[in-house]
Amino acid sequence: MPGVARTRHDHFLFQFSLGLRPPPRYLWRVTAEPHLSEDNAAIHLPGPFVRWFAEKGWTPRAHQMELLARAQAGKSVLLIAPTGAGKTLAGFLPTLTELAERPKRKPGQARRGIHTLYISPLKALAVDIERNLGKPVAEIGLPVTIETRTGDTPAHKRQRQKLAPPDILLTTPEQLALLIAATDARRFFEDLRYVIFDELHSLVTSKRGHLLALGLARLRTYVPDLRAIGLSATVAEPDELRRWLVSQKPSHQAHENTVEGPAGFTSSQPSQPMAGLITVAGGAKPEISILESRERVPWAGHSARYAIPEIYEAIRRHKMTLLFVNTRSQAEMLFQELWRANEDALQIALHHGSLDVGQRRRVEKAMADNALRAIVATSTLDLGIDWGDVDLVVHVGAPKGASRLAQRIGRANHRMDEPSKAILIPANRFEVLECRAALDANYIGAQDTPPLLGGALDVLAQHILGTACAAPFDADVLYEEVTSAAPYAGLDRHTFDRVVGFVATGGYALKSYERYARIRRTNEGLWRVPHPRIAQQYRLNIGTIVEMPELNVRYVRQGTVAGYGGRVLGKVEEYFAETLRPGDNFLFAGKVLRFEGIRENECVVSNGGGKTQIIVPSYAGGKFPLSTYLADQVRGMLADPESWHALPEQVEDWLRLQKEKSVLPKRGDLLVETFPRADRHYMVAYPFEGRLAHQTLGMLLTRRLERANARPLGFVATDYSLAVWGLDDMGALFAAGRPSLDSLFDEDMLGDDLEAWLNDSWMLKRMFRTCAVIAGLIEKRFPGQEKTGRQVTVSADLIYDVLRSHEPDHILLQATRADAAAGLLDVSRLADMLSRIRGRIVHKDLEQISPLAVPIMLEIGKESVNGEANETLLMEAADLVEEAMGAGLAGGLR
Amino acid sequence: MNLAIDTTAAASADLVAIAGEHAVCDPRGVLYFPELSLLAVSDLHLEKGSSLARRGTLIPPYDTAATLGKLQLVMADYAPRIVISLGDSFHDGEGASRLHDDFRERLETLMAGRDWFWVAGNHDPDAPADLPGETVMELAVASLVFRHEPSKGQVAGEVAGHLHPCARIVQRGRSVRRRCFAGDGLRMIMPAFGAYTGSLNVLDRAYAGLFRRDSLIAYMMGKDRIFALPGAMLRPG
Repeated sequence: MPGVARTRHDHFLFQFSLGLRPPPRYLWRVTAEPHLSEDNAAIHLPGPFVRWFAEKGWTPRAHQMELLARAQAGKSVLLIAPTGAGKTLAGFLPTLTELAERPKRKPGQARRGIHTLYISPLKALAVDIERNLGKPVAEIGLPVTIETRTGDTPAHKRQRQKLAPPDILLTTPEQLALLIAATDARRFFEDLRYVIFDELHSLVTSKRGHLLALGLARLRTYVPDLRAIGLSATVAEPDELRRWLVSQKPSHQAHENTVEGPAGFTSSQPSQPMAGLITVAGGAKPEISILESRERVPWAGHSARYAIPEIYEAIRRHKMTLLFVNTRSQAEMLFQELWRANEDALQIALHHGSLDVGQRRRVEKAMADNALRAIVATSTLDLGIDWGDVDLVVHVGAPKGASRLAQRIGRANHRMDEPSKAILIPANRFEVLECRAALDANYIGAQDTPPLLGGALDVLAQHILGTACAAPFDADVLYEEVTSAAPYAGLDRHTFDRVVGFVATGGYALKSYERYARIRRTNEGLWRVPHPRIAQQYRLNIGTIVEMPELNVRYVRQGTVAGYGGRVLGKVEEYFAETLRPGDNFLFAGKVLRFEGIRENECVVSNGGGKTQIIVPSYAGGKFPLSTYLADQVRGMLADPESWHALPEQVEDWLRLQKEKSVLPKRGDLLVETFPRADRHYMVAYPFEGRLAHQTLGMLLTRRLERANARPLGFVATDYSLAVWGLDDMGALFAAGRPSLDSLFDEDMLGDDLEAWLNDSWMLKRMFRTCAVIAGLIEKRFPGQEKTGRQVTVSADLIYDVLRSHEPDHILLQATRADAAAGLLDVSRLADMLSRIRGRIVHKDLEQISPLAVPIMLEIGKESVNGEANETLLMEAADLVEEAMGAGLAGGLR
Repeated sequence: MNLAIDTTAAASADLVAIAGEHAVCDPRGVLYFPELSLLAVSDLHLEKGSSLARRGTLIPPYDTAATLGKLQLVMADYAPRIVISLGDSFHDGEGASRLHDDFRERLETLMAGRDWFWVAGNHDPDAPADLPGETVMELAVASLVFRHEPSKGQVAGEVAGHLHPCARIVQRGRSVRRRCFAGDGLRMIMPAFGAYTGSLNVLDRAYAGLFRRDSLIAYMMGKDRIFALPGAMLRPG
């Protein structure tokens, strides 16, 4: 292919996804894709397309033509390609070519339905695609209508879309769930030919993905030869996504796709039904470095404050820098620190998920216009949308996962003549190791994404009610359909029937709600909704995203709590606002704010400052655990002194000292150190399995130590290690086998201990609330009236208590425990670890703290163990009062 | 005044004064007046589960069982001669007629041999169907008056329910919210006893003018004891 044509063709692709921007350099280097040759003449590209490409001097790319060919042959396909490789056009080309040749509708002929459904995880992405698709459609002169349908679409437009559907409908998973729950769903989708899933890798990992998979199964029932096209970034297990796209029933063969392809094309295994796969290899290797600071790298903490001068210097030397952090509180802190250092008054902006939408859009626009020099951002900038002339990515804190790092660095991949550039800033010494491992992983192209989980039962309950809202259903038929969806392929009939029972009457052993059933069996054996009110309620409660209760942050003049008006800066989680006192200063939206008070669902603030202490809100979500892959890399690095030369000198010294004073564990071993300090005894273990798994482990270990009379007092967990402290010498106890370390870390802790602890845990209550809302047990909203977060929380907790003591085996409690085990507690990871270290625990009884233990010892006292100790807090408060005022007040007469 | 207190019952409870009468504030949410052998419980909201189920919210039908179970334990401890259910005993007017036969029997067993008063509440203004006991609008006993909704302004000797009080404190940066008795020495507002009842912070404007500002104490319910905290320590929301 001549160089000039290639350049222009790249230019087109890039323009397609971004508007007018120079082409990314790495597209020049894509070599792994098959060469488009005369053999591909069989692919049908209609005349107007050929002419249009020719006019522009462009050529379609090989993976686009390949996808077109397979789709035209009636297959479903997964396309894996890096950002900016023309994924979107590839996904729509089969649709556009087919629509181009469709005969015109004759007068009097029935109106046609939706031809292609496009589903993206973000509303913004759907809107973006509408804009980007419109241009080529207009230039080629295609008679194609394209519309979006999201939560923001006005009712009259939705109504009109039902009567006169567009050819291409761009929408979100929740809207699909609504559409298939409508009584006219079958008719609405009967002309459907294609369904396109964008950013599939991010759609499938949550309950949202479960609901979407069930929706896809329904679409296949309506249109058996429907073709599904998945677009995804690089993932560790493409086969999981390939299965997700197609029916898991062996009878469906339409999608099977085995290709003897050239390099870059994988052929599928015929054992389980899978969509075909097209992979476009990534671009040039980015230039990534770890900051070799002149300053001392701290032992612990997450602020990376030591590196601010060096970060600022890097910003100054580049046109536009994107700074990624892992949490919103880190974003606030970094932003504040950078402005303190900002002598040149560079335009530095802040972007995170709690900020007001308007504010975020302004930052995004300024970024696209290249009006900024730096943006401090969290994962809200991770997905889909590409940005302006970013020439440097700075990652503050360890990236926690190699895939995440690769994706974030991809943001800087759009410069023509320089390779993309990234700097990693470890915030502490363990993060130095982690950054190193991440960097190695990126170079060897290793990828990791969370494993896909089995379909959630609360989501299934929602889907079943939705099914009945659309039309009466036969349980046998629905079971077949549900188990054709990959996440539910392993669902047994008994569990399915219990979920149907739950939807009908709550599924309680005490059968007192028969007369209030939400679905009833007709004489013909079909389940139907007895009253339209139930369908109406269902529509209001659809979806799987249950937010933590949040309060708007409203900015007013000082001292004006009672007044109205003032700007909304964003949202903070309710539990944070509740701990503030009027006059407290806290950091939010890059400002120091003074807390004035809470008014209804608003947190009223004014301009803060002064010399008082400033609090940084912490957020419940947004902390990623260390990925399994990186954890293994870090353990490997510790065990191998040969690899230390790649580390900064101070970190190398630290490890060497650890080797002298204690020991460094082998890659598969678990090191447990015990030592006294002050008047306490400590046990520190180094599993490197991530904070969630460590927290669960800490809870269970303290329970067991308590039973062994070792009198533990508390524990703290980080991504790397776990420390337990108590009154007794645990080292001596372990040596005497009371208990032995092997029995302390035995896998049987995941049985009764876990069960007993879980039942009392506040975390389980929180998960129950989510399940109960998704399953439709409690409502998100009533018609015309929004419940506040608090009311939902309270009643969900009470329901949980009552249900647990009266029917502990109820299906919703089962679903809650499954969620807890998978998500919040990382039990499966803990189980893997416990089985890995069996017989491989290395105990080192020391006289004093070891170098490796310093980071976690510094965390003690910073983080409270958990929300369990409420009673103790009340006691403290009451004691305080008694002490100050005398017993008379606190005890009434006593 | 010298009090003869049943120490077994009072061991885990606090003694409070309401307009000169003395009562045990039980952490399970009942008031017991030892001198009168009188037990007061408020806002049972029996059959709330089935009440919501009628509107399609199928929450577990075990609230009546849970509430009665708790009440049984309390009764066994105090064995009161007089019981006052301070209104909203049933979540709605038909609640008593929906009562499962088992629960009806349990309730009647509890009532047997005692003077039992149903104070009318806003949820259940009429006498509960087919149940013994006397239904009253309000009830005066000694220097006290028992009614469902607290009357406006400060009224000495009033024991009421209706508002479902709870209180919140912040200690060591963490927030703790509990149901509570709210009193100022003159009147007492009782917490809701029912298993599915929500609660409203005592600093909410619904309580405005009910208490002497400086004397408000929230008797917060702990697992096995009451924590008495003065109004100044409490947080709204």
